[in-house]
Amino acid sequence: MGLLDRISARKSDSEPAAYEAPAAEPDPVFATKALRKFLGCLTMRPLPVLIDLGPVVGSNVAYFGEQLGCKIFVTDVFAELDRHVQEGRVEEFGDFLAKKFTQDSASVDGILCWDFIDYLDRPAAQKLADQLTRVLRPEGALLGFFGTAPQNGDTHYNKFIVADDGIHLRARAYPALRGRQSSLLNRDIIKLFSGLRVSDSFLLRNNQREILFRKPA
Amino acid sequence: MWKRDEAVRPTSGQPVAPLPSSAPNVAASSPSTRTDAGPSMEKDIVNIGKSVVIKGELNGSEDLTIEGHVEGTIQLREHVLTIGPNGRIKAQVFAKSVIVLGEVHGNITASDKVDIRDNGSVEGDLMAPRIAIAEGAHFKGSVDMQRKGPAPQPQAKPAAGPQAAAPQPLQAPAPAQPGAPPAHRVGV
Repeated sequence: MGLLDRISARKSDSEPAAYEAPAAEPDPVFATKALRKFLGCLTMRPLPVLIDLGPVVGSNVAYFGEQLGCKIFVTDVFAELDRHVQEGRVEEFGDFLAKKFTQDSASVDGILCWDFIDYLDRPAAQKLADQLTRVLRPEGALLGFFGTAPQNGDTHYNKFIVADDGIHLRARAYPALRGRQSSLLNRDIIKLFSGLRVSDSFLLRNNQREILFRKPA
Repeated sequence: MWKRDEAVRPTSGQPVAPLPSSAPNVAASSPSTRTDAGPSMEKDIVNIGKSVVIKGELNGSEDLTIEGHVEGTIQLREHVLTIGPNGRIKAQVFAKSVIVLGEVHGNITASDKVDIRDNGSVEGDLMAPRIAIAEGAHFKGSVDMQRKGPAPQPQAKPAAGPQAAAPQPLQAPAPAQPGAPPAHRVGV
């Protein structure tokens, strides 16, 4: 076999393998403790209003909308971050977030922040946290995930799918234009959401911290 | 002649099966009404072809498939509206059921169901008792699934009783699988 044959053979071998890899792996499923508490906070309200910062997930919409009776605002900030990266305007993203949430102050009962903070630099994270704190109603709840492991430049987001039991989440990775930024220390997270109090905090086996914030009455 | 089911079938990444070459122009130039062959399922289907642009108010009392562009308001209060893969809608939509395979910019209100299929895109607010959003669909806006009626309450709210003060999830969750680890990650 000549050199060119070997090169071409390797190329054709590698392409399908790289393409099929995401489909071959099942989505990791993990149990959360804070989610159940978050749902409890929501269901104490008669007609809860929920902001979901992640991409739309049909089953989540059905779960929160049909089963829990929530009004849901789907605000895919991950897509917006990608758009800013693509347009080379990522430094403006904080200002974008500061204007993004048009809801009235103290009008929202719950916020699913997922792990979005991990993808932001500090000023943008602070602007987002300020807005989320503003729109959250007293006694409202915010659920966030925060990584602990050092970032290795992986560029994917996670789409979190709530299982019917309200305990487990399935994390479905999809490509991102920007990787996670540096992990925040607990005290930095608390400082970020200084208008909220930490209600519960858990360290999961997948090295994620899940933190449930409540807005003081 | 093509059947309605073919027009609304999800395409799973394939380009949408175009209408038979003779059909679209007929539908495009004059929205046509036809009858299915089935003896017991006689139904009028109206198709607005992909070259048609409508600006204004669109009212109807039969099921409608839109492959063209519509701007304004669409009202099919008792019928099914299908936005085909080529359909581009910039309108407020009111219908019994709405199936989206194309693009909608505007609010959708349905008395029965909104169904955003794979590759369908909606930017606007949805109001319907049932909403289905497929994987791969794009949606930006709010979802309100409150059923009209007296004192709407979340379906699975725990029965009022002594533990009413204790926050519990509304939905009685299915018990965890017996063999599953008590907490933390299962699977990979």
